[in-house]
Amino acid sequence: MAAPYSKDDDSVVVIIGSGAGGGTLGNELAQKGIDVVILEAGSRHEYEDFINDEWASFSQLAWTDARTTSGTWRVAKNFPGLPAWIVKAVGGSTTHWAGASLRFQEHEFKTLTTYGKVDGANLLDWPITLQDLAPYYEKAEAKMGVTRTNGLPGLPGNNNFKILEAGAKKLGYKECHTGRMAINSVQRDDRNSCQQTGFCFQGCKWGAKWSTLYTEIPKGEATGKLEVRPDSHVLMIEHDDSGKVTGVVYADKDGNKQRQKARIVAVAGNSIESPRILLNSASNTFKDGLANSSGQVGRNYMRHMTGSVYGVFEKPVHFYRGTTMAGIIQDEAKHDPSRGFVGGYEMETLALGVPFMAAFLDPGAWGREFTTAMDSYANMAGMWLVGEDMPQESNRITLSDTKDKHGMPVANVNFDDHPNDIAMRNHAYKQGMAIYDAVGATRTFPTPPYPSTHNLGTNRMSEKAQDGVVNKHGQTHDIKNLFISDGSQFTTGGAENPTLTIVALAIRQADFIAQEMSAGTI
Amino acid sequence: MGHHHHDHEHGHGKGRAPLTRRRFLMRSSELTLAAAITVTAGGALLNAPEAWAMDVKALKPETMKTLIQLARDIYPHDKIADRFYAIAVKGHDDKAAADGAHKELIEKGIADLDAAAGQGGYLGLGWEAERVKLLRGIEETPFFQAVRGDLVVSLYNQQEVWPIFGYEGESYSKGGYIERGFDDIDWL
Ligand SMILES: Cc1cc2nc3c(=O)[nH]c(=O)nc-3n(C[C@H](O)[C@H](O)[C@H](O)COP(=O)(O)OP(=O)(O)OC[C@H]3O[C@@H](n4cnc5c(N)ncnc54)[C@H](O)[C@@H]3O)c2cc1C
Ligand code: SF4
Repeated sequence: MAAPYSKDDDSVVVIIGSGAGGGTLGNELAQKGIDVVILEAGSRHEYEDFINDEWASFSQLAWTDARTTSGTWRVAKNFPGLPAWIVKAVGGSTTHWAGASLRFQEHEFKTLTTYGKVDGANLLDWPITLQDLAPYYEKAEAKMGVTRTNGLPGLPGNNNFKILEAGAKKLGYKECHTGRMAINSVQRDDRNSCQQTGFCFQGCKWGAKWSTLYTEIPKGEATGKLEVRPDSHVLMIEHDDSGKVTGVVYADKDGNKQRQKARIVAVAGNSIESPRILLNSASNTFKDGLANSSGQVGRNYMRHMTGSVYGVFEKPVHFYRGTTMAGIIQDEAKHDPSRGFVGGYEMETLALGVPFMAAFLDPGAWGREFTTAMDSYANMAGMWLVGEDMPQESNRITLSDTKDKHGMPVANVNFDDHPNDIAMRNHAYKQGMAIYDAVGATRTFPTPPYPSTHNLGTNRMSEKAQDGVVNKHGQTHDIKNLFISDGSQFTTGGAENPTLTIVALAIRQADFIAQEMSAGTI
Repeated sequence: MGHHHHDHEHGHGKGRAPLTRRRFLMRSSELTLAAAITVTAGGALLNAPEAWAMDVKALKPETMKTLIQLARDIYPHDKIADRFYAIAVKGHDDKAAADGAHKELIEKGIADLDAAAGQGGYLGLGWEAERVKLLRGIEETPFFQAVRGDLVVSLYNQQEVWPIFGYEGESYSKGGYIERGFDDIDWL
């Protein structure tokens, strides 16, 4: 068969979501000749349509359907309806993402073994190792054109990077460079090289930054084996008496319910929506939701330890010019418990425009302490701190009492920082401020976490069925033809930005699905 | 940011209807805050030095005038002219016209502030610090939160204020910064 597919075609693999996980899996399967339908809740905006304007772009691309929050995290106070910054559009969050593409470190697949038991943390070793994933990391880096891999040059450093680098040197840090970025430093893959536009978070209008929207998806479509159906919001997954999934029910553009049959369903709606879909699919057979015999669906929600540091200098920086996140210090990414916490963190350059800086520098703040900071905008440098946070069972996605326009309960995101997260953040703030102080900052700001951009862990991978939701291939322990294909598979989060690992896992999963399909086991 | 979807629509510089700007001669001036803004007989606000006028349709003109000062006290930028604050709070008048509860929220919030300020009202308090002290006392109220939460978008999302902060905005049409100073720092 060839795309487009009939809704009654029960031979197709249905993928929910077209972002890093879903978009990659869809293309990989299509390249192998497997029939794929990707159902994407959002619309399709090609990259020429992206907008160099923070709020306008947010309105165009971000997920603004209702979500609710609870817990002691500050996001619940400042942004109660916006726990996460995730995209609802073809390409998913790879339209908004910055492109930082780092491999996990070996020990980060074995945190329980390496860190030992940490009170209140639900640590667990991944059922795979760095060696298992290494060949897929290679494929992912090649596909995404990650700089500093495969002979691709690094991006040139912008002003923000030069400040970071100068501070890093003063502090004696050794591993500082312009990052491993899934952004073309040279023309390749029929796409432009980076023009230093500075709107990476708003979708790259040059197509220089990798996004499934204009790489994986059109490549998959070109095989005739991939259909992407935008404006198709999956409400639930259905199963038969034997417990195998048979298809999904979705709301189309007009809100009408449609049923797409499937041989296999792969869920890649990002770590808030994926568990929401499983929980919303509860049935008489699976009363607690699909694939939830462990009770772990929705639990262990991770968002990375994050925070930012901004510094003000005597002279102009213009940090908004150029690639948003092409700059990194990796010296603190190691596991060194003498710092007072387990795991490590990365320090990465970050710039926001005036509208977002006003909203995020110190959410809720007002008065001259705040406005004098804004007055120094042109003289600011900025960095983002991102490190491993502790999985906790009570950090959790559940179904809220609030319903969306289709009548489905929305996701509630409950989150409390773990003491390890707080200790790490405080360390990172101190180091970040020291970096800027070393270059002559007149003022520094330890800025609290933004709504989550890295959402992980809510359908975790585990060796044993009782400990998690999926096995080492992302196949659910309970239902053989149901897969999880996004960051919700992560057993633990690592210090690194997650997308390269999501893509590597999706490539690996595609091999597994193809192999099992031809063996006739699914 | 929970309510930003609607905020952004009226906060976004491009989409907003400009203030009506008229030149006129000002004959008298009140010696209060927002002194340059006077209320006309017709109930509009006039700012002579900045040469703009604003029609107020649902709120009392005096309320609007106080709201403009309140906006400046919340986000004081001495290099930003009153008209940008006026644009930033104009949305409350539009919303009040459509929503009685919002009108009540704003009118009552300003009336309470005036009452708390004593004789002369909020605008009669000469020092920013005096006014800020009052505001600290009400910062958790729905009134203050509504004004501040809206303002953080409606003020800073005006393209015309970006240059005042040294922000250059859209850059794609100019070819990005690759030839325009992305790495021009010379003081390190
Ligand atoms: C501003 C920003 C910067 C970032 N920078 C980086 C970075 O530098 N490096 C990095 O590694 N990561 C970064 N990230 C994170 C990165 O974008 C995500 O990790 C990654 O895209 C997650 O992939 P995913 O497949 O899990 O989900 P997504 O890419 O979010 O895709 C999920 C898709 O599923 C769709 N969907 C959800 N529910 C349904 C449903 N019920 N029916 C149909 N479709 C549905 C959504 O609309 C969405 O399109 C950034 C994120 C943001 C927002
Ligand atoms: S800085 Fe480079 S990657 Fe970022 S949006 Fe501009 S061209 Fe694209």
